[in-house]
Amino acid sequence: MAYDVATIWAFIIAFAVFVYVVMDGFDLGLGILFPLFRTKRDRDVVMNSVAPVWDGNETWLVLGGGGLFAAFPLAYAVLMPALYTPIIAMLLGLVFRGVAFEFRWRTQRERNRWDLAFFLGSLIATLAQGIALGALLQGVAVEGRAYAGGWWDWLTPFSLLTGVALVIGYAMLGATWLVMKTTGDLRETAYRLSRWLLAAMIVAIIAVSAATPFLSYDYSERWFAWPNVLATAQVPLAVAIVTALLLRALAQRRDYQPFLLTLCLFALSYAGLGISLWPYVVPRSITIWQAAAPENSQIFMLVGVAILVPIILAYTAWAYWVFRGKVDPESGYH
Amino acid sequence: MFESLDPVVLARIQFAFTVSFHIIFPAFSIGLASFLAVLEALWLWTKREVFINLFNYWVKIFAIAFGMGVVSGIVMSYQFGTNWSVFSDKTGPVLGPLMAYEVLTAFFLEAGFLGVMLFGLKLVGPRLHFLATLMVAIGTLMSAFWILSANSWMHTPAGYAMNDAGQFVATDWFALIFNPSFPYRLVHMVLAAYLTTALVVGAVGAYHLLSNTRQPGARTMFSMAMWMIAVVAPIQIFAGDLHGLNTLEHQPAKVMAMEGHYQSHPDGAPLILFGLPDQDAAVVRYALEIPKLSSLILKHSLDAPLPGLDTVPREDWPPVPITFWSFRVMVALGFLMLGLGLSGLWLRWRGRLFESRPLHRFALAMGPAGFVAVLAGWVTTETGRQPFTVFGLLRTTESVSPLAAPAVASSLIAFVVVYFAVFIAGAVYILRLMAHPPHHGEEGPRGDMPERAAGITPAPAIATRRFS
Repeated sequence: MAYDVATIWAFIIAFAVFVYVVMDGFDLGLGILFPLFRTKRDRDVVMNSVAPVWDGNETWLVLGGGGLFAAFPLAYAVLMPALYTPIIAMLLGLVFRGVAFEFRWRTQRERNRWDLAFFLGSLIATLAQGIALGALLQGVAVEGRAYAGGWWDWLTPFSLLTGVALVIGYAMLGATWLVMKTTGDLRETAYRLSRWLLAAMIVAIIAVSAATPFLSYDYSERWFAWPNVLATAQVPLAVAIVTALLLRALAQRRDYQPFLLTLCLFALSYAGLGISLWPYVVPRSITIWQAAAPENSQIFMLVGVAILVPIILAYTAWAYWVFRGKVDPESGYH
Repeated sequence: MFESLDPVVLARIQFAFTVSFHIIFPAFSIGLASFLAVLEALWLWTKREVFINLFNYWVKIFAIAFGMGVVSGIVMSYQFGTNWSVFSDKTGPVLGPLMAYEVLTAFFLEAGFLGVMLFGLKLVGPRLHFLATLMVAIGTLMSAFWILSANSWMHTPAGYAMNDAGQFVATDWFALIFNPSFPYRLVHMVLAAYLTTALVVGAVGAYHLLSNTRQPGARTMFSMAMWMIAVVAPIQIFAGDLHGLNTLEHQPAKVMAMEGHYQSHPDGAPLILFGLPDQDAAVVRYALEIPKLSSLILKHSLDAPLPGLDTVPREDWPPVPITFWSFRVMVALGFLMLGLGLSGLWLRWRGRLFESRPLHRFALAMGPAGFVAVLAGWVTTETGRQPFTVFGLLRTTESVSPLAAPAVASSLIAFVVVYFAVFIAGAVYILRLMAHPPHHGEEGPRGDMPERAAGITPAPAIATRRFS
């Protein structure tokens, strides 16, 4: 296998989706944890910790979807109808959550309603993303160049499991984000939540990892066959090490480490997914080469990506830098 | 319960509904972003407080409109795949890259600098903050560039070939991006966005002038808006005419539908002012016509022959009644805007711009006219392209996803319910902000948003700061 353009694009889209997962992951996580924060002051701080950056985070979702449309149109055309219901649910969830950022400041009477919309929107969007991932992993029916299944095929015990697992994972990202961005009681609550969520996250990772190989012979072959197992066994090993470091960081009350280590856990789980899927974009039906757009389309975009993504990363980093540090409830941002 | 419904019709209704809601917000935010950049530049240049007051006033409105534009835009980016998957498979190689460039050059730029623009004045200082405002404004224009290129290509495809899999592939990216209708469409849309914003700003200014003519903020924004309308409205009518001639060249059936010309007119076609097009009978009933005028407008000659839809195969006809009426709504509003611009110029010359109550009432009534005209124009051009998604090449009925009607029907209902709930709320919050005049110092605390006064939200960083 040479490094052809389709391979490069597979990595670019994987990268965009991963950046989306970790960036929108923590702000969706804050939405999921929102009801646990009772006072208006706490809720204001939680929301303010992401208000300046949330729509930048969500743009990576548009790049992931748009990139798939552009670079692998066949995969986009098959997957979107296959994942119709979870995708629509996710979009509607994101609508509620996105406007809640602006609306809740504009009203006193209806604030509780927008708080609820923020929570439910975040929860539904996350659940739908997790379910969509599970539905993708378990495979979709394809005939010719189109989806050939029904509109309820996505709903299985496995996809529900991945849905719940993602809710836990995002909540953990949100909790450790708060550890990093807040002070006082709010931070204490976030520490407490982080410990419980870490335990739940490990259970979820184990459950999903244990269930995946049973979905298909391919997956188990890839993970357990000799000598592949020598390489693939590194992933669970690394998960164990990162978990231990996370426990220590939480015990030592570190500010930044818990969030960064949680990101590591996500990266490892994501790598695990990649090992299972590669080189399929629709599992066991369509490979990245079959789905690829003509090379001149992929190269035309590659030029833009090569020039623009570094610039985007630079100004995104600058925006995060501007709003760095703890959110101070008394005097606004530092 | 929805089995008897046609999934193609449902998918079309869904797309029309979501895109109509969405287009409102870009039309407003393209113009408003440029307006904000101008206000901040004027403030940096002149140091006059009124400009930063207006900036702080409109930036809050912009934030709400932008948020709604973002969330409805994310829906659009997935609609192609969910409801129009065959279209996506076939056009992905040509339209996908254009949209990917939109994301890379526009969406990230807007979103990346928006946070600093809304919350960061105190953190980065006025000059860097102006840069952020400028980047957001440039981002909105880049977004218009790419999405209108993609949309125009669906009307006037160029620079493509077909491959074995039935996909469109690019042979010449430059010809593809700068396809024949793109320059006209881009100019027409950007001017429409500027007009829409000017009408809203003018209406808000007029509303506050009606209660007190001595407010500096209201006077400045009203004056700026009236200049804008007076300059842009005539240019827009001219640009619209050029766009129409371009459409006549490349999509004659659309122009026939707009004009209501079911029949050919070998020696000079009349302009049908009003009438009721009857698609089945292929006649316009109760037509009120001006003889020869259509030929004069379209061909610049009274006796030029104009072919009608009878020269086009029946199965390729656009739905005439919708196109015919939406076109008339757009044109009528365009001339009303011109009227507003000219009355503004006249009264300004007479020195009564801030005193004339009839003018203020007129401007107030025209506040929503831009949105209606944009929607009507959009309906005209998109309905006029039917029955094709890619004009002449790919039929709408062959573009749809292999979905069951119940799936499309239930998602349509969900979109309608959610959009009405969310966007009506947003409109209420925007109107509530507009109901207050821009303050001297434009600072918190304010009755409707006490938490900003507490200094918890980032916004007071702008709202409570005293500018020297």
